[in-house]
Amino acid sequence: MLHLYKASCTRDNLKLIRQFVQAVLHDFKFQFSEIEINQLILAVDEVCSNLIIYSHQCNPAESIEVRIHDLNEKVLFEIIDRSTDQFNIKDYQEPDLQNIISERRKGGLGLMLVNRIMDSVEVIYSNKENTWQLSKNKSKKSNK
Amino acid sequence: MQITSTKEGDFYIIKIYGDVDVSSSLTLDKNIQKAMNEGEKYILIEGTNLNYISSAGLGVFMSYLQDFKDNKIYFSIYALNEKVKDVFQILGLDQLISIVETSEEAKENAYK
Repeated sequence: MLHLYKASCTRDNLKLIRQFVQAVLHDFKFQFSEIEINQLILAVDEVCSNLIIYSHQCNPAESIEVRIHDLNEKVLFEIIDRSTDQFNIKDYQEPDLQNIISERRKGGLGLMLVNRIMDSVEVIYSNKENTWQLSKNKSKKSNK
Repeated sequence: MQITSTKEGDFYIIKIYGDVDVSSSLTLDKNIQKAMNEGEKYILIEGTNLNYISSAGLGVFMSYLQDFKDNKIYFSIYALNEKVKDVFQILGLDQLISIVETSEEAKENAYK
């Protein structure tokens, strides 16, 4: 089953996206614990925050789309971003926490969280669209 | 999100209500900065009503850890619910930031 939510690129819509993900995951009944549901909401929120703020500069005339696929073995989140900038996740290097502290940085933790929470993270660029694919196995009981 | 700050003896206590996300993290940042500017030496975060935190909120805390160390400021977070505590644990931030269960524990540890 596919669940879809389209949101214009404003910061206020991040809360609505979180509420959408929460409502859908609660419908999955018993497949994820409350802690796992919160982690999945967080991962989607992190990707959407980055896209809305950095790719779209909070322009309400632009939008992103969140799709949730309830598959047999896993749940697949697709976040579709129609900005023209291609994001190559293979170029991403995880920052060192001690450097973040000593440099007094506020950023750099979002994608780390996404990578820790999800079983796989891919970004596919096609037809001037970045599609973030985040998947989580349903059978996985313990936190990654 | 709402924030209140109170003074209890030596302790400057910031209570957070609701969600700390990329929108609301600036308010949290300003409150910690205010405590620093006022020369507070014991800063506590009370999280009983903190419902959600994203990397933006975690980043605010992380950005002050060096200043806390340099200025010998005691900093502790207490009364987080399991969901929020888990977010700190995902990246191991619970090893870098003091996170305890109760205000009593947070206050006792300040004088150890």
